[in-house]
Amino acid sequence: MTFPWLTFLGLLPLIGGVLLLLPMGKGAARWLGIAFSVATLGVAAGVTALHVAGADLAVQVPWIRAFGAWWALDVDGMGLAMVLMTAVLTPLVLIAEWTPPAGRWSAQAFFALVLILEGLSLFVFMANDVLLFYLFFEATLIPTYFLIMGFGGERRAYAAVKFLLFSLAGGLVMLASVVGVYVVAAAQGAPSYLVQDLASVRFDGDLGRWLMVGFLIAFVIKAPMVPLHTWLPDAAENSTPGTATLLVGVLDKIGTFGMIKFCLGLFPEASLWITPFMVWFAVISIIWGALGAIGSRNLLRLVSYTSVSHFGFMVLGIYAFTTTSMTGSIFYMLNHGFSTAAMFFAVGFLAKRTGSYDIAAYGGVQKVAPVAAGVLLVSGLATLSLPGLAPFVSEFMVIAGTWSRYPVVTAVSLLGVVLAAVYILRVYQRTMTGPISETTEAQFRGRDLTGVEKAVMVPIIGVLLFLGFYPQPAVQLVEPTAQATLAYVGTTDPAPVVEGVE
Amino acid sequence: MSTHVLPVLEMAAPTLEWRALAPVLLVFAAACIGILLEAVLPRAYRFLAQMTLVFASVLLSLGFLVINWRGDYGGRLAMGSIMLDGPTYFMWAALLIFGTLAFMVFSERQLNGGASTFAASAASVPGSVDETDASAARREHTEIFPLGLFALGGMMVFASSSDLIVMFVALEVFSLPLYLLSGMARRRRLLSQEAALKYFLLGAFSSAFFLFGVAMLYVFSGTFDLNGIHAAIAANAQSSNGLVYIGLGFLAIGLLFKVGVVPFHSWTPDVYMGAPTPVTGFMAICTKLAAVGALLRVFYVALDGERWSWQPLFAILAVLTMVVGIVGALTQSDIKRLLAYSSIAHAGFLLTAVVGATQVVPAGQGTSASAIMFYLAAYGFATIGAFAIVTMVRNAAGEENNIEGWSGLAAKSPWVAGLFGLFMLSFAGIPLTGGFIGKWAVFTAAWRGGYWWLVVVAVLASLVAVYFYLRVIVVMFGGKPAKGVYVGNASAWTWIPIAIGAVATVWLGLVPDQVMQLATFAGGFLR
Repeated sequence: MTFPWLTFLGLLPLIGGVLLLLPMGKGAARWLGIAFSVATLGVAAGVTALHVAGADLAVQVPWIRAFGAWWALDVDGMGLAMVLMTAVLTPLVLIAEWTPPAGRWSAQAFFALVLILEGLSLFVFMANDVLLFYLFFEATLIPTYFLIMGFGGERRAYAAVKFLLFSLAGGLVMLASVVGVYVVAAAQGAPSYLVQDLASVRFDGDLGRWLMVGFLIAFVIKAPMVPLHTWLPDAAENSTPGTATLLVGVLDKIGTFGMIKFCLGLFPEASLWITPFMVWFAVISIIWGALGAIGSRNLLRLVSYTSVSHFGFMVLGIYAFTTTSMTGSIFYMLNHGFSTAAMFFAVGFLAKRTGSYDIAAYGGVQKVAPVAAGVLLVSGLATLSLPGLAPFVSEFMVIAGTWSRYPVVTAVSLLGVVLAAVYILRVYQRTMTGPISETTEAQFRGRDLTGVEKAVMVPIIGVLLFLGFYPQPAVQLVEPTAQATLAYVGTTDPAPVVEGVE
Repeated sequence: MSTHVLPVLEMAAPTLEWRALAPVLLVFAAACIGILLEAVLPRAYRFLAQMTLVFASVLLSLGFLVINWRGDYGGRLAMGSIMLDGPTYFMWAALLIFGTLAFMVFSERQLNGGASTFAASAASVPGSVDETDASAARREHTEIFPLGLFALGGMMVFASSSDLIVMFVALEVFSLPLYLLSGMARRRRLLSQEAALKYFLLGAFSSAFFLFGVAMLYVFSGTFDLNGIHAAIAANAQSSNGLVYIGLGFLAIGLLFKVGVVPFHSWTPDVYMGAPTPVTGFMAICTKLAAVGALLRVFYVALDGERWSWQPLFAILAVLTMVVGIVGALTQSDIKRLLAYSSIAHAGFLLTAVVGATQVVPAGQGTSASAIMFYLAAYGFATIGAFAIVTMVRNAAGEENNIEGWSGLAAKSPWVAGLFGLFMLSFAGIPLTGGFIGKWAVFTAAWRGGYWWLVVVAVLASLVAVYFYLRVIVVMFGGKPAKGVYVGNASAWTWIPIAIGAVATVWLGLVPDQVMQLATFAGGFLR
């Protein structure tokens, strides 16, 4: 057997996290955490290279034989994109959160929890067995809960519990479906939780639809869609920017990831059945999220609402069932991780100087601290999908792909694009422009972004720019996933309305 | 004067399969020797002698069990009164292991300044001069060990007997020592005695129901043998017989009382709170194991033919039990009461698999019984560990059982709080702990039996249950450190069960395959 790269990739940060739980010097702990996260990034890069070179990385070992469950890991384009995003963001989160807020738990605890969370998330994106996926899916909640609970804002206990209960509500409903999948599979032969084995199991009729809905509810809560999104603004507002990045940028992707891999991958018939509902659901999320962002008075809350809107686009692209829109959605999942991280970090750097996330506490910052203002502007422009930045490409693909199937829906969803410009430019105008108040003068004069802070922002903005101008590598990476999923579901792209001219 | 010729009574000497029965016999023998030791040994040597006896006998018994299991001994033993089959092996092994861990917590004396958690003189009136004298003289009840062994032996027989009379005797053999042990707490003695009395009265009542049910089934079938009852029911399948239903109902009351199923649960919170914490830990898992074992045997072997009558009934009881257990737990302020209500809720989860009654499956897949056995194993390790930690959190007067007192425990001792959090997560059924795998197994067994709606109810119930387990974690990790509460300096007697409980909880959550295979292949009852 060849070296189990994927197992190693997931275990590496977990080992680091557990090591960091042991007592050690504060400085040593931080550097050890950085070392583990960078090593993980290295392994992730290696795994990507192997995948691109066509190597078969799949691991498949019996795990619980009585359940037909396997320790099965594999990556496809979408999984790899998520793995890479997680591996890149984690070291940046650690550097950005070098000093956790005063009066909370220690930096060592933060580093340990983030590494544990990274390891569990990597396994989520690599799991190729439904039960294994479920196990890690639920397990990610524990470190996240402690990250909010231990380091968050005023109402952190409330937000942490709300987060956990919403997630567990979805998770437990999904558990019923996971059990049901086993029972159906057992009735049709030898039960197995392997994704490829389940592909040959028929989940027909009402039972199949109910089972799919069980999965879908969990994913809809995770990729927060209106009206099940209310936990996210509270959770984001009461966590540190680093935690919020991992929460919104990485963990929420499990929702859309799961829709593609499990809802569509296991229950194609039931997924087509629910499409009309999901499409409108997505549009409501797009607009509601944008309105929520406009109404937010807290910066973290605002960023989380923009994400609700963006997740709406991703879901729309998935349920439009065209190659372009689904590829766009998966690409969007990657981009959104970086654009959200940029926003959260930029906001976090501002708050480090003022101690407040209230929009009203800012004004005229750009004249005193031009770099900080510039970083916020670029991040904001990425969020509103300005051409030249990566989210534009993916959002355009989603809209173009969906248009060919649902013109009316797409037209309504375009309202979200307009509103995005409103919420971003308005917040920039209110915080960065205008007269320089005395407090701004005191807080920002001579305290523009430090070298470390710039070092955090440069890679993120670099990725956004690179993929904005040259999206080809990422699109090529994720397109096979979209094609394979659509082929499995059995839909074909709508024929172009206008014939090409020779 | 006429002469009466008395008929000569043919008395066959009972045949015993010594080797196969060795695990049970050893435990009972050690219990009897323990009583003798009480009579002959000077006070100073008793504790050590009893402890040696207990652990030697239990471990030897476990050794015999493993050898027999590997050698595939089995079948009817002791003239048809005991059935040595897969579930028996698994239950015996679990009882012996959890019994050993519980007895370790019995032996803890360092926490309490050199005295055990048990009363110095249980017979003295609380608050009397006698009591003070006994405490001052550092007297202690070493009878707790033989009592514990009798209870353990009784449980082993209870879970394995295939004859209703033997089952009844075993029920009494394990219940009586537990009534006594419950009343022997050193602190809050009145509460403890009240608990013992309550447990005794209700327990006696339930035993009477059990006995009445046995009589009804005897009248119907003419036999006490479980398989005989099964045959009689099968032979009369066409005609419905009221005797069977009455017998079934009364038998169920007696058994469900011991499991702690609503509406026969009301003793649980009071007894759990009043009994000395090590005894609570012992009862919480071992009684439940034995009672569920007997319940399964009676209903799957003897009353299998009547499953259409009892499945809907048990389904309703399962829902009630989950709801009452969880709603009750939401409002508790005492950690032991909270764990008591949690144990009621878990009885409800277990019952879902009992209702499923999945008995015939393709090779290598789990039955209801194997799901339940795994669930109990996972639940047991967390229970033993959790109650052991409860003994360690103390204030000036003794154990601090008020949840408010646990506030900010993580700041005082991250390890203790973290481990307790782990056990809570396992109770809540969060993945990476054994509790999750157990939940999956019982829900699957229920669904396979056609009770998918019960799974949905159970899943929703689990969600609410998470809330109160979480509350404990929030208090420990988020609260302000409470004044006057400290984590006691426990000896290895407390730490070893906690450590084993924690390792096993994670082990069963990450790589449950070996234990699951054991349970799977032990999942069928022999007739």
